[in-house]
Amino acid sequence: MVKGLFSKLKDGLSKTRKGFVEKVENLVNFRTQIDEELYEELEEILIGADVGVTTTMNLLERIRKLVRERKIKDPKELTELLKEEIAAILKDESDDIVLNQEPKVIMVVGVNGVGKTTTIGKLAHRFQEEGKKVLLAAGDTFRAAAIDQLEVWAGRANVEIIKHSAGADAAAVAYDAIVAAKSRGADVVLVDTAGRLHTKTNLMTELSKVKRVMGKAMEDAPHEVLLVLDATTGQNALSQTKIFTEAVDITGVVLTKLDGTAKGGIVIAIASEMGVPIKLIGVGEKAEDLRDFDPEEFVEALFSK
Amino acid sequence: MLEGLTEKLQSTFKRLRGKGKLSEKDVNAALREVKMALLEADVNFKVVKDFISILKERAIGAEVLESLTPAQHVVKIVNEELTRLMGGEQSKINIASKPPTIVMLVGLQGAGKTTSAGKLAKLMHKQGRRPLLVAGDIYRPAAIKQLQVLGEQLDIPVFTMGDKHSPVDIAKGALQQAKSINCDMLIIDTAGRLHIDEVLMEELKAVKDHIHPHEILLVVDAMTGQDAVNVAETFNEQLGIDGVILTKLDGDTRGGAALSVRAVTNRPIKFVGMGEKLDALEPFHPERLSSRILGMGDMLSLIEKAQTSFDAKKAQDMEKKIREQSFTLEDFFDQLQQVKQMGPLDQIMGMIPGMNNMKNVPGGEVDEKQLAKIEAVICSMTPHERQQPEIINGSRRRRIALGSGTRVQDVNSLLKQFAQAKKMMKKISDMQKGGKKMGGKFPFF
Repeated sequence: MVKGLFSKLKDGLSKTRKGFVEKVENLVNFRTQIDEELYEELEEILIGADVGVTTTMNLLERIRKLVRERKIKDPKELTELLKEEIAAILKDESDDIVLNQEPKVIMVVGVNGVGKTTTIGKLAHRFQEEGKKVLLAAGDTFRAAAIDQLEVWAGRANVEIIKHSAGADAAAVAYDAIVAAKSRGADVVLVDTAGRLHTKTNLMTELSKVKRVMGKAMEDAPHEVLLVLDATTGQNALSQTKIFTEAVDITGVVLTKLDGTAKGGIVIAIASEMGVPIKLIGVGEKAEDLRDFDPEEFVEALFSK
Repeated sequence: MLEGLTEKLQSTFKRLRGKGKLSEKDVNAALREVKMALLEADVNFKVVKDFISILKERAIGAEVLESLTPAQHVVKIVNEELTRLMGGEQSKINIASKPPTIVMLVGLQGAGKTTSAGKLAKLMHKQGRRPLLVAGDIYRPAAIKQLQVLGEQLDIPVFTMGDKHSPVDIAKGALQQAKSINCDMLIIDTAGRLHIDEVLMEELKAVKDHIHPHEILLVVDAMTGQDAVNVAETFNEQLGIDGVILTKLDGDTRGGAALSVRAVTNRPIKFVGMGEKLDALEPFHPERLSSRILGMGDMLSLIEKAQTSFDAKKAQDMEKKIREQSFTLEDFFDQLQQVKQMGPLDQIMGMIPGMNNMKNVPGGEVDEKQLAKIEAVICSMTPHERQQPEIINGSRRRRIALGSGTRVQDVNSLLKQFAQAKKMMKKISDMQKGGKKMGGKFPFF
């Protein structure tokens, strides 16, 4: 079973492996010495994988230092070094979602089109499978047919949904859902929100309000605020993380569509520059392809042949 | 936030002030900064490399224009080359000689196909066409409903056969329908996938082969990273796209993906999505995006926005009033209304160079509430008071504050600001009178 899951993760990351790790291997295998030229090409590969300029510079600086310290001469050893350093960046940045409140209230936020509603659908399916009582809150009252989309997911996962009409106050939907969850004895409430670009100050203020109102329905709610990021996004993901953190103090990141990109490097950039844990990653279209993020396993899968 | 390229280059060139020609060493140092700026803006690595080598050729040995610093000169070259690379403005749809014109939107999941379909329909409708929206995404839950809701909001017909028919049948059916209800344009929304796969491409190809669209537009999220190249390349190879719609450009992304897409497909970016509202689809202006990628703000867009939103005659009157010092609170109120018409203030501020960074500084954000307060205060004044604010004494102030739901301090500060603004205007109009001498002195940017 464990092996099955791992190989699935490996499959999901195959594009990233091709676009990133294999390029590194090709580079180091054809070189006889570690020189400036090699570093420059390594820099290109890293930036080309969306690791970002700042994080790439930091990574390379660490590697140069280690090469000097350990007196490494063989370029082939660089792959292992890179793996070590990436693992170090990703470590301690992850922790799982535990259902330790009744109900556990999870708010899902992000910019347009990253896969918020789909993520909620998959999470609902997963908690349902675990035998939990799940309640969805259709908080995206803005986008045309977003409520219908969530309803379809609710139907598929066979869970209950609280909704108002389109254009209704999102905070009221969230409030009602929490109250209903308490009275119906649900274990977890998943609150959808409308996608919004982080630069729209008024929409971000509205999001803060939705969060505040949830606190009125239940103390400490929401217990998790998950920011959904699209793995194909470039360096703008950092700006998104920063501004959403300021507005609603996110507790973790969900990285979707990771199987769709050869450039999973943004995972490293977020962990390195933001200090926000990555909690879940999406490596496929099926519900079980949304998985807990395990840094060690991730790096293993990324670098394994 | 990233500082602009101009500032970065300025520091690289600090020691170079006054040099006549750019040496190879200078150019290399500068181009390293340019390279980093482009990479930070998410332009694809390979595209950057090619671009840099073009720049190098042009920049080495170039005479620095007298009026520019070396930094400004390099930026000028970079900007010109970027603009050239992005091609001219081509925000037109290929119109069929025999209607209906068939437009097909393709792209990855979450890029914004359905929303763009709605926006495009509205734009076309404005240009006097009669579009029919076609719901061809039969996979994503509620995608059809989403298009129907959009159609309802826009009052544009939507064709759907539910999700039980193949996209090819739907497209064919739509074509029939368009003829029978006299629509001269089909805008077909298609299914996206998480990533490019063969099944999707085959399906899109089948639709293409059966109905021969006049225009295939690839919808790309402006925030896409290095992967934008692969997406654009594959769609272009498999389907042969005619143009690109760049969405979500109203965020703070630098939009380097645009350059990558353009470079690998050699197809024009025709429209950009600039907001949540359905009229927020704008023609693409290459020179503006190039300055945005380089972090130089978007002055031109602002100027154009101001031109279209401002009533020309009113603006003339205003100018006259400013010149003659007869600007009153009434005029100020009018002006406020006009600024509001230009769009959300934060969007306008984002277009002014340097201001883009301001938004993230505490206290730097533009407070729309403050504006509402000012409006309320002015509304609570009598016409006479608006014409002659000098007559507003203590008891009038109390009345205005009470009437507008504000405090006397708010009224005071507005009056004070207005007096200051008037003083400023006097200075400016004096400067303009001294006119011509100033003209040549303005720096390049």
